Amino acid sequence: MNDETLNSKTVFGFWVYLMTDCILFATLFATFAVLRHSTYGGPSGQEIFSLPLVLAMTLILLTSSFSAGVGLLAARRGEGRQALAWFGLTFLLGAAFLTLEIREFVHLTAEGHSWRASAFLSSFFTLVGTHGAHISSGLIWMAVLVPRSVQRGLGSVDLRRLTCLTLFWHFLDVVWIFIFTVVYLMGVLS
Amino acid sequence: MLGRLNFDALHHGTVEMVGIASMFGGLILAVTALTYFKRWKWLWRVWLTSTDPKKIGVMYIATALFMLLRGAVDAGMMRTQQAISVGDSTGFLNPDQFQQVFSAHGTIMIFFAAMGLMFGLINWIVPLQIGARDVAFPFLNATSFWLFFMGAMLVNTSLVVGEFSAAGWLAYPPLSELAYSPSVGVDYWIWALQIAGVGSLLAGINFLVTILRMRRLGMTLMKMPMFCWSVLGTTTLIIFAFPILTATLAMLALDRSFGMHFFTSYYGGNPMMYVNLIWAWGHPEVYILILPAFGVFSEVVATFSRKRLFGYTSMVWAIWAIVFLSFIVWLHHFFTMGAGANVNAFFGVMTMAIAVPTGVKVFNWLFTMYRGRIRFTTPMLWFLGFVATFTIGGMAGVLMAVPPADFQLHNSLFLVAHFHTMIIGGVVFGYFAGLTYWFPKIFGFKLNERLGRYAFWCWLVGFLLAFIPLYILGFMGATRRLDHYDASLGWQQLFIVAGVGVAIIGLGLFFQVLQLIVSIKDRHKNLDKTGDPWDGRTLEWSTASPPPVYNFASLSAVDDRDAFWAMKRARVKPAIKYEAIEIAKNTSLPIIIGALAFTFGFGFVWHMYWLVALSFAALITVIAWRASDDATEYTVPASEVKRIELAGGNTA
Repeated sequence: MNDETLNSKTVFGFWVYLMTDCILFATLFATFAVLRHSTYGGPSGQEIFSLPLVLAMTLILLTSSFSAGVGLLAARRGEGRQALAWFGLTFLLGAAFLTLEIREFVHLTAEGHSWRASAFLSSFFTLVGTHGAHISSGLIWMAVLVPRSVQRGLGSVDLRRLTCLTLFWHFLDVVWIFIFTVVYLMGVLS
Repeated sequence: MLGRLNFDALHHGTVEMVGIASMFGGLILAVTALTYFKRWKWLWRVWLTSTDPKKIGVMYIATALFMLLRGAVDAGMMRTQQAISVGDSTGFLNPDQFQQVFSAHGTIMIFFAAMGLMFGLINWIVPLQIGARDVAFPFLNATSFWLFFMGAMLVNTSLVVGEFSAAGWLAYPPLSELAYSPSVGVDYWIWALQIAGVGSLLAGINFLVTILRMRRLGMTLMKMPMFCWSVLGTTTLIIFAFPILTATLAMLALDRSFGMHFFTSYYGGNPMMYVNLIWAWGHPEVYILILPAFGVFSEVVATFSRKRLFGYTSMVWAIWAIVFLSFIVWLHHFFTMGAGANVNAFFGVMTMAIAVPTGVKVFNWLFTMYRGRIRFTTPMLWFLGFVATFTIGGMAGVLMAVPPADFQLHNSLFLVAHFHTMIIGGVVFGYFAGLTYWFPKIFGFKLNERLGRYAFWCWLVGFLLAFIPLYILGFMGATRRLDHYDASLGWQQLFIVAGVGVAIIGLGLFFQVLQLIVSIKDRHKNLDKTGDPWDGRTLEWSTASPPPVYNFASLSAVDDRDAFWAMKRARVKPAIKYEAIEIAKNTSLPIIIGALAFTFGFGFVWHMYWLVALSFAALITVIAWRASDDATEYTVPASEVKRIELAGGNTA
């Protein structure tokens, strides 16, 4: 990575922003941890989570993080078409992840296990839904930024913005690993 | 279409109508004046669309002073009510009005008066003190201000359309849940704070990056002025604490708007979770407010004692000790929750420990004064008043840090007296000192000293009269937030004394308004032509007052803690090579973003979800629009810089 991008105040500021987002998620995690047994007679995580589906979602998101990384490398080499292809793949994987998550939410709600049913479900929908909202804004950002950057010839400003986008995407990946572990694995296996 | 908004929202009692009438009166007066003097275009071009931190600072402070006056009126109403509502008399406020008044008072004073004054001072001084030309992200800075402003406007709107929260300034559930507070009051509270809070969070990130990345060449961290150190501590706290507030308010909003059960008293909700979370933000918040005040005093005492600050390194360590400790004391706000003896003991001891770094700072200031050549200017008076009151309040705080004592004092007026001693005697006195000290830098003329002294003495005497009785009343068993009490309790005399105290504080506020008017009228007598009216020590005094838009024409390196003092002693006049300077352009997008955040929040309050969706879509469009704009800066050509410098008499 060139020094200009690494030392940019924007990238540094974006890192700081990511850390604040991290604390936002930490708050939601803490709340989930406190409320996960408050099912109020309703179902627990063990009864409603489908691990194969969540494993598929996890693999999709991890792959998308990889493709975003490769896309950024291509952009830095100035290979616009390749960058477009890799980020395009990232977008599709992100959209697939989001679709599966929405399907899970719709399914749960249809079964009568909505966020209104218990404190556990409120905290589950909020934690996972906040991650999903972040993924959605990442997708919008990608759709607006990537084609334009490639069109403009991937100058230093474009690379800086793409770096921030990719950081954001990797960050969401890390958060998802924690959701996968704390919410789903510990929910089903404990 | 209008959600739950209908004409009933505009029905109000007499007390509210007086408030609404005075607010609209002021608004009509302002609009008339702007139209008569043909200043609309000026207002828009010079102020509302500005990205200059000095101008943004002025707007922060103007908004904050307006809100301070509103909060002070609330305080006057509470004191009057408690002085007269005894026995058969029920005073002039009904219980619901009284609850709204104390909720509004706390919310306004902390979020919109204190936070506004703080960000105003930070905007004014941090870039100048580190010798920079701007903040790291000028556009974001303007956006932060407009989010803060619109949050304040949402509180004011609640006075006219609907009502405000009656659940206290921190809106504890289950009282603040839909089951017990079904009207729009708590929703107004949530969204006003959420919008302003996001603004504060963004401003925190912005100034952290500014301080860490934009200091003048040669200014290592340990050569940085103490005010900047305190702001670095504050922004760190903001970055760690405000996301908790954002998440907590969001969860309360989800409970209220979407039927979730985070903090409800049924379906497994846990109200104490809210209380923990809100104080995990709330305790750091009080240090967010006090640290910059400590920073102000460090500058003021050094300047007016004509001495280098005593114990610089220990000051820095004290700041970071406070930053760290402030995150492990939150439980002392609810020792009575029943967390058990060991947990309470831990938080009690940590709370007492905070007194150590704070004491270090107080002694450092006193040692700075020792054998100094002290000038008793108004900022220095505010400092001396602070030392006396803050020590009283600090002792009361250490007393309440003992859990068994706290069980007696919890929710009593003793507590109310304690935190007002810290907030008024610490935060408010500190910010007033800062305003007086830096006013000539930003406006080019000094404030009237005589009226400043009158204001100080009124505040000090009024403060003691208003709050010492509350300490005593607390011991006598008076709890907070009482709109009525029995005559046989024998509290009335003390409440009357407290009421007189608040009236004297009101007189102090009157002198401050008068001071501003007189100083503007007589500004030609008090002009600061040198840029250095107080014989200052740090870089902000090395440029003209008011500074040019780019702050400094030349960015010559510094090599001393008191950089400007060293330059003056060495009689250095760096040769100036005029260069072209890039400055952020004005932009109307921040105010638009603020307005959209307002409609977003207003939509949520009244369940107008179409307005929420529309505002949200518009927000995304505006941000995307901005993100694809590459020409955000303009260049001040070298010839123009030269012309400004020669005309302005810049000394660096």
